[in-house]
Amino acid sequence: MPNKRSLYEQVILDHNKAPRNFGELPDADRKAEGYNALCGDQFTIFLKMDGDVIDTVQFEGSGCAISKSSASVMTTQLKGKTRSEAEALFQKFHAMITSGFDAELDEAGLGKLMVFSGVREYPVRIKCATLAWHTMLSALHDDDGTVSTE
Amino acid sequence: MTSDLKHSAGATAQLDVDAIRADFPILSLRPHGKPLVYLDNAATGQKPQQVIDATSAFYASQNSNVHRGIHHLSQLATEKYDAARESVCRFINAPDSREVIFTSGNTEALNLVAQSYGGTFLGEGDEVILSQLEHHSNIVPWQMVCERTGAKLRVIPIDDNGDIILDEFEKMLGPKTKFVSLIYVSNALGTINPVKKIIELSHAQGVPVLLDSAQAAPHMPVDVQDLDCDFLTIAPHKMCGPTGIGVLYGKTKHLEAMPPFKGGGDMIISVTFEKTTYNRLPFKFEAGTPNIAGVIGLGAAVEYLSAIGMDRVAAYEAELLEYGKKALREVEGLTFIGTAEERTATFSFTLDSAHPHDIGQILDGEGIAIRAGHHCAQPVMKHFGVPATARASMAFYNTTEEIDALVEGLRKVNEVFA
Ligand SMILES: Cc1ncc(COP(=O)(O)O)c(C=O)c1O
Repeated sequence: MPNKRSLYEQVILDHNKAPRNFGELPDADRKAEGYNALCGDQFTIFLKMDGDVIDTVQFEGSGCAISKSSASVMTTQLKGKTRSEAEALFQKFHAMITSGFDAELDEAGLGKLMVFSGVREYPVRIKCATLAWHTMLSALHDDDGTVSTE
Repeated sequence: MTSDLKHSAGATAQLDVDAIRADFPILSLRPHGKPLVYLDNAATGQKPQQVIDATSAFYASQNSNVHRGIHHLSQLATEKYDAARESVCRFINAPDSREVIFTSGNTEALNLVAQSYGGTFLGEGDEVILSQLEHHSNIVPWQMVCERTGAKLRVIPIDDNGDIILDEFEKMLGPKTKFVSLIYVSNALGTINPVKKIIELSHAQGVPVLLDSAQAAPHMPVDVQDLDCDFLTIAPHKMCGPTGIGVLYGKTKHLEAMPPFKGGGDMIISVTFEKTTYNRLPFKFEAGTPNIAGVIGLGAAVEYLSAIGMDRVAAYEAELLEYGKKALREVEGLTFIGTAEERTATFSFTLDSAHPHDIGQILDGEGIAIRAGHHCAQPVMKHFGVPATARASMAFYNTTEEIDALVEGLRKVNEVFA
């Protein structure tokens, strides 16, 4: 059972079933699409900026429970963050799910994102957990590109 | 699971599955503390001790290059190597072992035919017919050769059961058709194509046919003379053999007319800077030191399968198919992707509750290995409008109890994602 517990935390299952900030954002000023060709996951991230600050973030698309809940939890963490704060948060998140347990790192303001710490035991799922983030960064940089984790 | 279901299987199976399972050391593993239930046979199969022993015996006591030395070991290795070719020849009932060519895999065998045959005989406006069921490895090599030659691909569509639509094939088969390259059994769905009919229709128009038998040869007798196919490819690692080795069968008349695929040692008779004379078949297509241990392992694999009997394998797996169809239907929210009447014991499906990737993950925690994804057959996924499926693919060493374990595992998936 530790396997299931650590990867599919209740919060993850909950966001998978009832994703937050889900749906198109008609007045978005930036958006980007992200694909994971291997699993067929596909998300669009919409951003509405207030200067350098993220005012609203929404997403749309489909994928596995990890990719979908990661997108959903991410959207709850970005509102009010500046571009560089959002980037820094991703760096911390990425380090947390790709490295071994590191108490210092894990307490470095990741908050709710810690529910994904189980992912580090499952390296193949790292790209599921980061797809929405990569897509969000692409939208943030307004390179209007398509992100692929393959 | 009702008990009649359990009794309906096993009645006619003349396969001693317990004894067979004892030949496969890996089947006694316990990943995550649970007995391994290996249902990813379409990706690759497990190896019996006989194959493992043949391969390690080669390295321990026979290792030498082949067709090159006069010393004891080289002769021993050459004997074993040549004997393996004879074993494969008998396994597919090829008329002549010179028509059996060793490649690095099923993929290379397909590339060999596309480039050597296609690259030579296809021209502007010619057509090659494939089906929507193809594995990417029987699509991309043809696209590459079409780009070079100006030939075009035509694709036989499939219906909602995952059967190819024969009428559509008959309509596209015509004077422009120069080649038909068809998957024998679908890796994504298990559909068994009506290959004899296709070959008959094609030959009536003088069109040669290749059968990609990667997923057929592990599950049923394959007889190239009875099929009358022009080419046939095999993926040994899916039928008890090692990875890194493949088989191409081709009719002599085609192989003689085709240029070599790769240049190097072994594929020549003599080399001067002015002129090189190519070796006879099959060596013309086998440049360089071959995968000797792989070939010897393959020889052991086909001997192992022949001793069991491929007709008995097919009959036993047909029972697994029937059992699995009934048992899996009981799982809430399960939809089969691919419901062809003629198919192997391969179950591709989706669950309402969970994405295939999550299904695979939860099952893994229960010791059950399946595949989740597009199975290198994106055109098939596109037809069914799904990005991916979960696929449980059986072999002759699987049991109805393992199907029960799969059903239990899927119930767990439903619970977790309820
Ligand atoms: C139908 C089919 N064709 C071709 C291949 C490619 O075989 P390999 O990757 O072993 O070369 C596969 C294997 O996945 C297959 O299932």
